[in-house]
Amino acid sequence: MTALIQKPWIWAWIGAVSMWLIITIVTDIGAGAEVMSAAASFGTFFVIVAIGQMFVITLGPGNVDLSIPACMTLSATLAMKFMNGDPSLLLPGLLISLGVGLVIGTLNFLLILFLRIPPIIATLSASFLYQSTAIWSNRGLRVKPPELLGDFAVAKVFGVPFLTLAALVLTVAMAFLLHRTRFGLSVLSIGQNQKAAKLAGVRVERVRFVTYVMCAVLAAICGFFLAGFSGGAALNMGEQYLLMSIAVVVIGGTSVAGGFANLTGLWGASLFMFLLVSMLNTFGLSAGFRLIFTGAIIVAVIVISGRKT
Amino acid sequence: MRDKALVSMSGVEKSFGAARALTGVDLEVARGACVGLVGHNGAGKSTLMNVLSGVIKADAGHVSIGGEPLDASYDTARAASLGVRTVFQELSLCPNLTVAENLRISHPSIKGFGWRKSARNVIADQLDQMFPGHGISADAEVGSLSIAQRQIVEIARAFSKVESSIELVILDEPTSSLDQNTAAQLVAFVRSFVADGGSVILISHLLGEILEASDQIVVMKDGRTVAVDAASNFDRDRLVRDMGDVLTETSKFGGRASTKQNAPAVISGGELTVYPGEIIGFAGLSGHGQTDTLVRIFEASQGARNTLSVSEPAVFVAGDRQTDGVFPLWSISQNIFVSSLERLTKGLAINFAQAEDEAQQWQKTLSIRTPDMKNNILSLSGGNQQKALFARALGAKAPIILMDDPMRGVDVGTKQDVYEILSQEAEKGRALVWYTTETDELKHCDRVYVFREGKIMAELSGDDLTEANILSNSFDKEDA
Repeated sequence: MTALIQKPWIWAWIGAVSMWLIITIVTDIGAGAEVMSAAASFGTFFVIVAIGQMFVITLGPGNVDLSIPACMTLSATLAMKFMNGDPSLLLPGLLISLGVGLVIGTLNFLLILFLRIPPIIATLSASFLYQSTAIWSNRGLRVKPPELLGDFAVAKVFGVPFLTLAALVLTVAMAFLLHRTRFGLSVLSIGQNQKAAKLAGVRVERVRFVTYVMCAVLAAICGFFLAGFSGGAALNMGEQYLLMSIAVVVIGGTSVAGGFANLTGLWGASLFMFLLVSMLNTFGLSAGFRLIFTGAIIVAVIVISGRKT
Repeated sequence: MRDKALVSMSGVEKSFGAARALTGVDLEVARGACVGLVGHNGAGKSTLMNVLSGVIKADAGHVSIGGEPLDASYDTARAASLGVRTVFQELSLCPNLTVAENLRISHPSIKGFGWRKSARNVIADQLDQMFPGHGISADAEVGSLSIAQRQIVEIARAFSKVESSIELVILDEPTSSLDQNTAAQLVAFVRSFVADGGSVILISHLLGEILEASDQIVVMKDGRTVAVDAASNFDRDRLVRDMGDVLTETSKFGGRASTKQNAPAVISGGELTVYPGEIIGFAGLSGHGQTDTLVRIFEASQGARNTLSVSEPAVFVAGDRQTDGVFPLWSISQNIFVSSLERLTKGLAINFAQAEDEAQQWQKTLSIRTPDMKNNILSLSGGNQQKALFARALGAKAPIILMDDPMRGVDVGTKQDVYEILSQEAEKGRALVWYTTETDELKHCDRVYVFREGKIMAELSGDDLTEANILSNSFDKEDA
């Protein structure tokens, strides 16, 4: 029990479970089951982008990818426009989406490496470029996904969204990558002490490159399926994912200072964030109050989780 | 009439989990005396000093300073008000602030309008008085200074005369990064400081320095004191005996038979050439380009284009543990196998069982003092952390080993073991490049390059490899 309480991800899960209990008690068990299912669906998208963000943040102080929303939008817009509702183009569409992720990740990294711009500025300013490209390509119109993609994105197996299952598999694979492979340990070492990592033979820039590309590719994939899920690519589709990707990583018990990460907490934190907003909705609070409350809770979590180290 | 003993500690005990760091230590420091404290890594010296300076609380025992018994509320602020100042083994300056600003941090009594000016004057005077010719500006940002210069600033800061009293200065391995000339300046200053009635506790692995600077010497071993006597009753041999070490003085300068193998050079460029199987020393005053050259060799081995050509992979043993070496969140074994990840990868994943096995082997080979290699690296004393860094480099199997003054804070016995291992590695055909601030260690080298102002001034080998030749090439001709 004490071992469990010391796990960095436990607070996110405690938070998620308490939010769910409150909602279920205030309404009824039927609504509770419904909100859980919705949380799983929406939480899946949070988790996919948060995995990439987690690897980036784990690289250490200053590393963060703020281009996630723009990357999602551009990937979804270009892919949806290309497919233009034709289900036979689904695979090429997905490849376009992946390509967008690869290009954006590479561009982000090149800005950081060669122009020596801090990642926070590089990814934020490059965002305008990506977002503008999305606007230019489609003048802000919503592009509908092929029906097949829409069906797939909401498909369920034994009541569990298929995408959620896929994201669970992805999570396990990424946990393996982080904790069991040379790449994962390299990321963790860089986050603790970049200079020491370099002198210990870790190929620092190579690892950073792969990490930023991976983050962008995950955001691109997330944008692709989110467009299927929500009925099309829209310019503001990635909006809430900027704050969400970072909040989920931090609440999930990953160290903001870098060098320490876990994936279990990402799920707890994703569910927590969705359920928190749902709970505030249940109480019928205004949007403004909801935002203030959300912010306050994130701050509180960071303070509490920072205390133990 | 004031009590003659300034500090008196009796029966001090301290445990960290299962490890008993101090098992009932008695220590007295008289006013106007310098007490030398020696012992193995992990003998408890630093822990004892942490208790005395209020950083940690003892589990049991009595401590009094200036005749006043200390209670549980004793902390670093109380220590400062009693006139106890400490220079820690791990440097504690803020790298983003200037030298003068760092003085202000530890001495809040410097305040009001123009504090910057008075801080600047105090630290500059102190530096000039202690280390003539130091060449450090009070306005220099600490981060831009070499590690040796930082150590000088840290020492000068501790001795600075400000409003608060100064009764006792604890120097925990103050000379580990200093060259001989600067270390001698410090010893001279310590003597004049105690002659004026101050007290000093000096911890060092350099026995000559301890014998020269101290009035009284205390030898610690396994968390207790094993010998206390006037310094004049000690000599090098007795110190080593009391610490429980066997010092083997086999090799002399230039006495090492070259193991150079008939193969093309692995490092070449400018005056520098290194062949497989050689142990190459980098000498000279600290901060004269030795570390930079090692880093450039390392970068070239990773494919960076610079003036050096390096044909084989290299590993680096950092001397500045905190900034260049240790991964603070990881266990000892993780800190060791981080450089061997490629070799340990079987299929997709790292073979952790093998990695832990190898770490246990290293624990035996280098006698790393810990109950469990899965403990956090920071649970080790400084010298033992350094051993882990050695294990990291030796385990990586790269043909070139670069060492950046790696023996900082390592005890005499372990040093002998490491020298032995290094010589075996050279025989196996590895090339070792070794920067050291301890002239004695150059005995173990085939050839030595002497650096001055970033350039190689001389290459010495065989009969030319003498302390006199090293010194004369380290200094400007006018000084020599």
